[in-house]
Amino acid sequence: MSTRTTKEEAARPALSGGSGGVRVERLFSWWTLATGLLVLAILALILITTTKQAWPALQDMGLRFITSSTWDPNPASGNPVFGSLAFIYGTAVSSLIALLIGVPISIGIALFLTELAPRRLRGSAVMVVDMLAAIPSVVFGLWGVLVLAPLLVHVYRWVHDVFAPVPGLNSIFGEPVGTGRSFMTAGVILAIMIIPIVTSISREVLSTVPQANKDAAFALGATQWEMITGAVFPHSFGGLVGAVMLGLGRAMGETIAVSLVIGGATNITPNVFAGGNSMAAVIVQQFGESTGTFTAALIGLGVVLFAMTVVINLAARLVVRRAEIRVRGAAT
Amino acid sequence: MPAREVGELGRGGLGGGGEPDGTRVSESVHRLFILRVVVGHLSSVASARFKQETMETEKRGKSEVNRKMLSRLVFVGVALAVLAGCGGGNNDNGASSGGGTEGGSGQLKASGASFPDAYYQEVISAYKEKAPDVTVTYNAVGSGTGKKEFGAGLTDFAGTDSTVKPGDGPEEGTFLYVPTVAGPITVSYNLSGVDKLQLSPDTVANIFQAKITKWNDPAIAKDNPGASLPDKAITVAHRSDGSGTTNNFTKYLAAAAPSTWKLGSGDTVAWPSSTQGAEKNTGVAQIIKQTDGGIGYVDFSDAVETKLNLAAVKNKDGQYVAPSLEGATAAVAGATVKDDLTYDPLNASGADAYPITAPTYLLLKTKYDADKATLVKDYVRYLLTDGQPIAKDVNFAALPSGLQQKALAQLDKVAS
Repeated sequence: MSTRTTKEEAARPALSGGSGGVRVERLFSWWTLATGLLVLAILALILITTTKQAWPALQDMGLRFITSSTWDPNPASGNPVFGSLAFIYGTAVSSLIALLIGVPISIGIALFLTELAPRRLRGSAVMVVDMLAAIPSVVFGLWGVLVLAPLLVHVYRWVHDVFAPVPGLNSIFGEPVGTGRSFMTAGVILAIMIIPIVTSISREVLSTVPQANKDAAFALGATQWEMITGAVFPHSFGGLVGAVMLGLGRAMGETIAVSLVIGGATNITPNVFAGGNSMAAVIVQQFGESTGTFTAALIGLGVVLFAMTVVINLAARLVVRRAEIRVRGAAT
Repeated sequence: MPAREVGELGRGGLGGGGEPDGTRVSESVHRLFILRVVVGHLSSVASARFKQETMETEKRGKSEVNRKMLSRLVFVGVALAVLAGCGGGNNDNGASSGGGTEGGSGQLKASGASFPDAYYQEVISAYKEKAPDVTVTYNAVGSGTGKKEFGAGLTDFAGTDSTVKPGDGPEEGTFLYVPTVAGPITVSYNLSGVDKLQLSPDTVANIFQAKITKWNDPAIAKDNPGASLPDKAITVAHRSDGSGTTNNFTKYLAAAAPSTWKLGSGDTVAWPSSTQGAEKNTGVAQIIKQTDGGIGYVDFSDAVETKLNLAAVKNKDGQYVAPSLEGATAAVAGATVKDDLTYDPLNASGADAYPITAPTYLLLKTKYDADKATLVKDYVRYLLTDGQPIAKDVNFAALPSGLQQKALAQLDKVAS
């Protein structure tokens, strides 16, 4: 719609009759502006207050807060050390595994629903996927700890045995921890949790591809897969990246489910079958008994997580912008 | 009308699937326009309907509206009056029973350590029979949060496994320690084929520091002459949340194995990276139960509930003592009690003493107002007298009589 000034609106009579038209229009634009600013204000407020509360610990540790891998609130001697590198690593690894497993599945489901499925199947398939999103995350955590982790130990042992002689891969698929609670299990649970989000948004995005583009691909003699890679993906690349970013945001912030299945160990290792810890999980585990600088350090972890999410989102936007310029000649 | 088509559009999106067909694009665009017109039409119909209804109401006359409003006001007024009456009634009751003990009424809020939670809940239900009008609630949020809430005045008393340090919340001189029960902290394990295990403090320290990684390590074999230990990896379980149990366990290791234990002591310590953490004693117990080759520290109550194997630990006198209530009582009896009634039964001397016995206290204010003081004193007195035999039922060790007398004397110090 073209933008209209309030004067123009005052000149024309409202469709629904009566003179409330102009007031309503003004109120509406006011309201949307206010809510938009409110969201920004809340974001800024959260950032400022958490940084202020975390300041004692950040000041104490300086840059070591994000570069040190030692997290020792009660050392035998000396001052407490709060280095969050191990938890940044844990968050990154579990989220990465979740993306590697979850995104191909989600986009596959979305493609199936938009391109290949008979129309009658679509409604029920969408409903089932959305139901996955309705399961509370603590239920995922419980299921993971009681059912999945003990089962996966056997899978991990087998994979470890298979890759043991291969140099390089044998350090990624190293000795599995006895309980099964590891980066990998956390990644699997997170993948299951992000599938509904990524699927539903991808589906929306993929359904907006103009039929003309697809027809053109077919007209040039493309097979279905070639049509998808040639006409569907380039058009919807930005939206798909947006969907993946939303899934990643959920994976990085997921607290309870991860804290139950990731193993609770401060650990930096390429071995995905080893236990570790993530930032959100550490905060929820140790916040209750913390005092003073320890509490400040935990809030600092929250700030780091926030900053990490923002950085990744900005990077994603950059990627999308570049891709869209390439595909369409201009960014939307 | 195109209701079905509208539905289809909503579900299928524009031109999803099907054969390429040149006319389809214009067809779907056409449908989109119709959809907008239909929606617009429907909404204006709805608003017209609404207008009609309000006009009709106006026609019926203001009297009807007035009557409705009046009846609503009367209803609200009556409801408020009833509530105020009830509230006032309660207040009167409270004031009149200020001097009573049995049959006194009121509320006591408490929170704190999860270690003695099982015992406190039993005492609360038993006390309910004795004084049905008093409601006591205890939230097991952990010693640290319990102390913070007590210091902020949110609770009437707090449960804590650890003593109050500056920065924990309660101000120096405003609270009293009252010991309540003691409980053994077990070293529980799960190893198929091994039913009895005994460990010396140095071995325990090295296991939990991940310096000993296999069950058939020579150090464990030395502690268990003649036992056949399998060549299995040790999975160490510890608390991932801050905990008084961790505090006491690490304090014991620092005291009993000072040259071997390097990780310090506290509610949270930096466990080695190959260990596993879980929330609460029950979480640790679950890891041990599920993992063949698991070992961890769990309070006696939860270990017995989960039916774990308990290792005997070598005490200060050189005897291997299995965790038991008798061992805990012997440890408490052998401990020195300080003037403020804190005591340290960890690594206590005595042939029968179980060396990893943890104390737990209630923090009481030095001064309450009259009603509250009576309630608190009555409840704590009950806990220290009739409530002590209950401890055995939930696998806690009651206080020896000497300490019990001192605790009752401490209770009398609470002013009102």
